Order: sequence, then structure tokens, then C-alpha cells
Amino acid sequence: MTGAVAPVTAGHPTARRLLALLGLAAGPVAVLCVFFVLPVAGMLAEGFWPDGTFDPQGVLEVLARPRVHRVLWFTLWSAAAGTVLTVLLGVPAAHVLYRLRFPGSRVLRAMLLMPFVLPTVVVGVAFRQVLGAGGPLASLGLDGTPAAIIAALVFFNLAVVVRTVGTAWEGLDPRPAQAAAALGASPRQVFLTATLPALRGAIVSAASVVFLFCATAFGVVLVLGGLRYATVETEIYLLTTQLLDLQAAAALSLLQLVVVTVLLYGAARTRARTAAVARRRTRARRPGRTDVPAVLVTLVALLLVAVPIVTLVVGSLQVGDGWGLDNYRALDTTGTDQVVLVPVTEALGNSLRIAVDATWMSVGLGLLVSVVVTRRSHSTAERRVRGGLDGFFMLPLGVSAVTLGFGFLITLDQPPLDFRDSPLLVPVAQALVALPLVVRTLAPVLAGIDDRQRQAATSLGASPLRALVTVDLALLRTPLLAAAGFAFAVSLGEFGATSFLARDDRPTVPVVIFKLLGHPGSQNYAMALAASVVLAAATATVMFVVERLRVPGVGGF
Amino acid sequence: MFRRATATTISTLAALALTSCTLATESSDEKAERTGSTSDRVVLVTHESFALPKKLEKQFEQDTGLTLDVRPSGDAGALTNKLVLTQDNPIGDVAFGVDNTFASRALDADVFAKYDARLPAGADAYALDEGSDRLAPVDQASVCVNVDTAWYQEHDQAPPKTLDDLADPAYKDQLVVPGAPTSSPGMAFLLATIAQYGEDGWQDYWSRLMANGAKLTSGWNDAYFVDFTGGAEKGTRPIVVSYDTSPAFTVDKKTGRSTTAALLDTCFRQVEYAGVLENAKNPEGAQKVVDFLLSDEVQAALPDSMYVFPVADGVVLPKDWERFAVTPDQPYAVDPAAIAEHRQDWLTEWTDVTSR
Repeated sequence: MTGAVAPVTAGHPTARRLLALLGLAAGPVAVLCVFFVLPVAGMLAEGFWPDGTFDPQGVLEVLARPRVHRVLWFTLWSAAAGTVLTVLLGVPAAHVLYRLRFPGSRVLRAMLLMPFVLPTVVVGVAFRQVLGAGGPLASLGLDGTPAAIIAALVFFNLAVVVRTVGTAWEGLDPRPAQAAAALGASPRQVFLTATLPALRGAIVSAASVVFLFCATAFGVVLVLGGLRYATVETEIYLLTTQLLDLQAAAALSLLQLVVVTVLLYGAARTRARTAAVARRRTRARRPGRTDVPAVLVTLVALLLVAVPIVTLVVGSLQVGDGWGLDNYRALDTTGTDQVVLVPVTEALGNSLRIAVDATWMSVGLGLLVSVVVTRRSHSTAERRVRGGLDGFFMLPLGVSAVTLGFGFLITLDQPPLDFRDSPLLVPVAQALVALPLVVRTLAPVLAGIDDRQRQAATSLGASPLRALVTVDLALLRTPLLAAAGFAFAVSLGEFGATSFLARDDRPTVPVVIFKLLGHPGSQNYAMALAASVVLAAATATVMFVVERLRVPGVGGF
Repeated sequence: MFRRATATTISTLAALALTSCTLATESSDEKAERTGSTSDRVVLVTHESFALPKKLEKQFEQDTGLTLDVRPSGDAGALTNKLVLTQDNPIGDVAFGVDNTFASRALDADVFAKYDARLPAGADAYALDEGSDRLAPVDQASVCVNVDTAWYQEHDQAPPKTLDDLADPAYKDQLVVPGAPTSSPGMAFLLATIAQYGEDGWQDYWSRLMANGAKLTSGWNDAYFVDFTGGAEKGTRPIVVSYDTSPAFTVDKKTGRSTTAALLDTCFRQVEYAGVLENAKNPEGAQKVVDFLLSDEVQAALPDSMYVFPVADGVVLPKDWERFAVTPDQPYAVDPAAIAEHRQDWLTEWTDVTSR
């Protein structure tokens, strides 16, 4: 990870800078090594050393299986399609929701984040109720096709693009665009020549995160793909939990790591060419005639998000043949015949507590990482180290939750790393999932800050720390809130790792929902829907409040 | 303005630090529970469907002076594999939930230690042929084809009765099955067909099923709640693979009768076992947990808590169960050792046959 360190001699300015850089990065790197590298390496070792002897042949043979090729190909193209569609829908929506002023824009922004926390099992069922036989869109014949999977991937990830690009767009200096327009450029030319290049960092950032989310999507592929379409992630799950074929699982995990690394390298190269962007607070303007296409695309995006959610809400309000709130009232009970040990209301408390922990962990680590990876490099070696670190912290997104979960069990079981029983394991695991999202939200903004502002602060007598606080953090206020919101939402909705690690007496809401869905009895089913609606509403509310918190005009702008 | 920004940052960091203290740290009780001496704490590793009334667990703790810590670990497959992987330093003292389709794998890997638990009357019938000195049967339920009897009444059709009927064109496009690789009832149903048609004959049967329009889903909940007409009342298929206990949950309040029924000639029985883990830190406590799971109180609580039948004779079942949850007399069976040996081949073949 930090392999490309040039030979250093103490006292040399480059070496000092490198040391300072590594010192700053040491904390996050240590955390990632213990909670990510070690467990994953442990599982890979199980595959490479079956019965204690090194046998790489067995792993390589797996890679030659035709099924593995099919699975890899489907993973790549479905994730690519999902990413492209998400960006195409998300960028115009970011413009409408963050640059235009109209009543309800904040509510819409908060609502767009709802899918992000919905448990995949529930969304899968909701999509199938809309698309499947007997559903309102059954005539499209999409049930069980890759199109349904891709639609669901877009549904889940739209918020990533809208929020990442939106926050970057919101703080974008409008003057270059205004200048271009004044010089006679058409709105399309303005967008392509002035706005888009300035947003490229944010878009590439968001797209690479979305691709990773798509490529490692699990529950939704399982539910919507039926058994016809397997991805690398679902395959690892089956091989590890059902077949205990750890050689094959190791082969696929390795494949996942390689693909992710290549992707991150490409994304980093693209981002590196983005110039620094001046930022200033601008007032959102009223929508005009030129905004019509963007508004139309936004409506399509909103519809895509709304339909499954409406289906859930309708389902949760059904009581027998009529309507009512009975399913919601039942949430403080343990279900028909005590399906769940803990009522949903109590699980919501657990979820919120864990989410706060996961949020501060991922934002704290993410901030450090972002500062480290975006500082201007003074040498090639330094730039390589920063680039390497940047990619390193994205890796947790690209690795199967199952591999990580099983890895925790076999590697973190001896002092001083005896964490298997620790209540911190759940928030830590969730923070790792959220970390790349936090970094990708903060890094583009930090990278866009003109280094001369820091130099000005320093020359006015500010210490490096003070320069960091007054320049970087002041500009980061809004993106920090966005990142914290993301981390919070990821934590609330995370199911894969959580279901492995959460303790029985302290389940989170998604875990309880999964339990409710696992039992016959239509009330349990309706309660699961009601609980999902409550979870989504809770998240949207928190997001809404967080957005209200920021005070325009205060800070270093 | 600089000072203000600094102050804001510092107070934010302070607030974060404070919240972290309040939320992340456990209460001293829990700390003691977690790190307390191993002799008064016992850890039960189980699957995600495990549930018992709190009252019973409290009673157990009072009677034995032990603290019972329950750790759910995925489904039966994930649970078994975790136990195999952590054999030398197990994640608990005692495990419950390894079933007859996974038992061989666990026994082969020496996951369980010897403990000859005293079984309640009637439980012997469910004990393993090999390994009964290590795994004690706790509960059983059968995976059976379920039909929506109300739907068949409405449509003036006689519901199917046997596995053969399911491939009959009269029932075209009526069946939905959770897939064998992704769902435990799906696997059980595959095993039922293997038992019926033999190791070389089931592939042909499945081809006929698929040709007759059988629909596959990845999970049980999907099949039951989305596609089955008797689940959430929205599906279009009146035949589903579910459990012998499911009809007890579809009782129509107005008529007092169940709207679905299990086909008792299509069943594969799943038995779940408990055992003391090899290398357990608290083997005595683990033995007490096994005895607890076999006690009259827990056996009586199983139907309501986990939707399964007790293995003990003479347990009073809930009212709806007495009437609508009928146990098959002669379910299909496949030798656990054969399952362990062929599981992967069968699943590969099944995937080939069904996606052709």
C-alpha cells in the first residue's frame, strides 16, 4: 500500500514532508489494517493454504471455470450500466435540487436519500411487487430480467451522485459560466466547457463509489436476479456460507480486489487531471426555460425513487381488506407470536445509537484521510504515496461483506486483537463501509481549495493547524454535513456486515425487518413494510434537520 | 471570524468525543458480563431464526447461576461453516441450529464434543445414526409443498397431491419454488425430489417441472409473499414450497379455517440439533444449555417462538397448530453423509438443469 516510498534521509525537506504525511496517515492506516487487511488476508489464506499446505493451483483452477467468467462478465456490465444510468439521471437532478430555488427542494433532497437506507430485502420485494405478475407494471415484462436489477441499482445509488455532485455544484464559482454565457456560448456550450470540467472531480468520485456499490450489491441481486443472474458478490456468499468452498471464494475475492484496484487506479488518474476550482457561496436561482430538460430528467429520477417507496407505504397501510395504522401501532410489540425478540421501536434506538458511533468514526477517519490525500505533493514519491493511500481507503467498498465478516471471526480472536465480542465491532464495520463515501465527498472539495489561501493564512502568522482549521475546515462545513449524513444513512441501512456481527439482544432495524420477513403471517409481512417506512422516514428526517442546521453566509466564504 | 471557526470546530470535536463515550462504551454490567470469569458465562451460538421467550432464558440464568449470551450467526449453512472455521477457538460454548443437511460437515470437522444428553421421550426418533453422542435433536419441521386451498375452491380445480402432480400440465405456471443454492427450504425440496426420483432421476423431474412453468425465487420470503397467492394475497401462483407449519398462520378469522394446506406426501424433514463445542471455554455450562433446550418448558415454547415442532412427545401444541399444522408420517429422507458428499455436485447440476 505504501510501497513506493523513496529512500529518505532525515532532515531532508522531502523526507520530512513524507514523514509528516505518514504520521498523519498512521491512525487511519492502522485501523484499516486491523479491521480490513487482516480479516481479508485471513480468509484468502484459508483458500490458498487448504489443510495447511500452500496450494495456489487450486485457486487458479477456479479462475478457469466457465461459470466464473460468466459471473465476472455479468458483474462488470451490470455495474457499469447501473453507474452510467445513475450518473445520467443524477447530474441533472443535482443541478435542479442544489442550484435552483423552488419550494420543497430541501424536502426532496432529504427524500432522495431514503432508498439508501432501505433494507435490500424489502426493496427487492417492493420491486417485484411492482414489476412481477399482478403488479402495476407487470406488462413491461421486466420481472427477473437484468433490467430490473439495474433499475434497482440506480434506485439505491442515485443519492450518492445527487449529493456528491450537488454539494460540489452548490459551492461552484458561477463566474466562469457567466463569463462564457456573456461571450455568447449556448447553455449547452456553457455546461460542457465551463461547468462540467469543474465538476469532473466530483462526478468521477461519485461514479467510482457507485460502481463499487453496484459491483458489490448483494441482497437486491439475489432477490431480483432470482437464480439466473449471479454476481461475484452473490457467488462468494454461496461459496462461503453454503458450500464452504474457500478456495473458490478466495479466487473470487482476489478477482474482486484486482478489478477494484484497476478501477480505482483509473479513477484516480482521471481525477488527477482536474484543476483546482475556486469556490464561493452563490444563491440558488429560480428555474428558467433553459432548465426544462434537467427538470424533466429530475422528474424521471424522482419517479423511479417514489414508485417502490409508495408501494411500501401502501402495503404497510393495508389491514386485512381495509386500511389503517394497525401495522405501525404493532411496531412496539414483538409481532405475531413474538417473531422478534425486540420490538422495532427498541431496535430503532439501537440503530440510532450505533449510527452515531459509526458516523463519528467514519467522519473522523475520513477527514484525516481526505486531508492527507489532497495536500499538494512536492515530489513524485510523495504523490505516489498519497495516491496509494487514497485507493487503499476505498478498498473496503470493493470487498465482499461475507469475506470480511468471516475474516473477523478467524483473525480477531486472540489478544491483543480480541474484538469478536466487542460491541464496537458493528459500528466499526459500518464505518469502514461509509469511509470511502466520506472521503469521496470531502476530498474533491479539499482538492479544489486553492493552496494560496493556506499560504496566505500561514504568511499572516497562522500555525499549520490553525491554517487547516480556518481555511480547510471552514470551507468543508457543508460537505462535512453531507458526509456525516451519508455515513449516518449507511449505518442505519447496513445489513450485510451487521447481520453477521450484531448481537441478538441488540439488533438493528434492518436485522429485525429481515426476521419479520422470514416468517409466514401477513401481519408480520405488513409490519416489516411499516418498519421499513419508519426507517426511511427517520433517515429522511435526520437528513432534513442536518440540512437546516447549516447557516448560509457564516464561515470562511 | 477565524476564532469563531476554531471555536466551532473544537466544540464539534468535543461533542463528538463526548457522544462517543456515551454510546460506544458498555455499561459496567455488560462489561462484566462480557469479560467476567468464563465459569459463570455461557455463549450459545445459533442461527438468525433462534428465539425463545425472555422469561425462559431468565429462568435458566436463575436456576444455574450462569449468564446466557445468545449469538445469532446467519442461517444454518453460515452457522455451520463459521463453527468449522473457528473449530480451534470457537465463537461460543454451545451451538444450536445445525440441521440434518449440514450435520455431517460439522461432525467431520470435529466441531462438537461428546455429550450424551438425556433425551426427552420421543426424541430418539430424530437422533442421528452417526454422531448422536455429540448432537442432540431439539426441534423438527418439514418442508412441504403448500397449496392455496381457497384459490382452488374459487377456480373449481382439485389441488395437486404428489410431486408428480406438480409436473402435470393441469398445474402449468402454478408452482413457485425458492432456489436450492440460496434457500434452506429450497435445498430441502431438492432433497425430497432426490429421495423420490433417485440420484440419477431427479434431473429429469426438474426438467419437467421447469417445462411446466415452475418459477424460481432466491429466497423463501420472496416465493411466499410475492408469488404465492396465499401469502400477502397479491401473488398469482397457488402452489409454493414452504413448511408443514405454514397453514397454521393463514387461518381466516371469519371462517376459522386455514386457507392453505401442506401436501404431506411431498415433505422433507429438517431436524435441528444442539451440541457442546469442542474447545469450549465453559463446557459444563454448555451441557446445561443443551439440557435446557431439551427441557419441557423450552420444548413447549418452540412452536410459538420458532415455528417448529418439539421433538419431545406429549407437548401441548397451540390451538391453530393442533388443527392445521399436520406433521407428515413418512417424509422423504436422504442420508446426511450423502448430502455432505454430494451437496456441491447436486447444486451445480440443479443450477444447470434449471437455467437451461
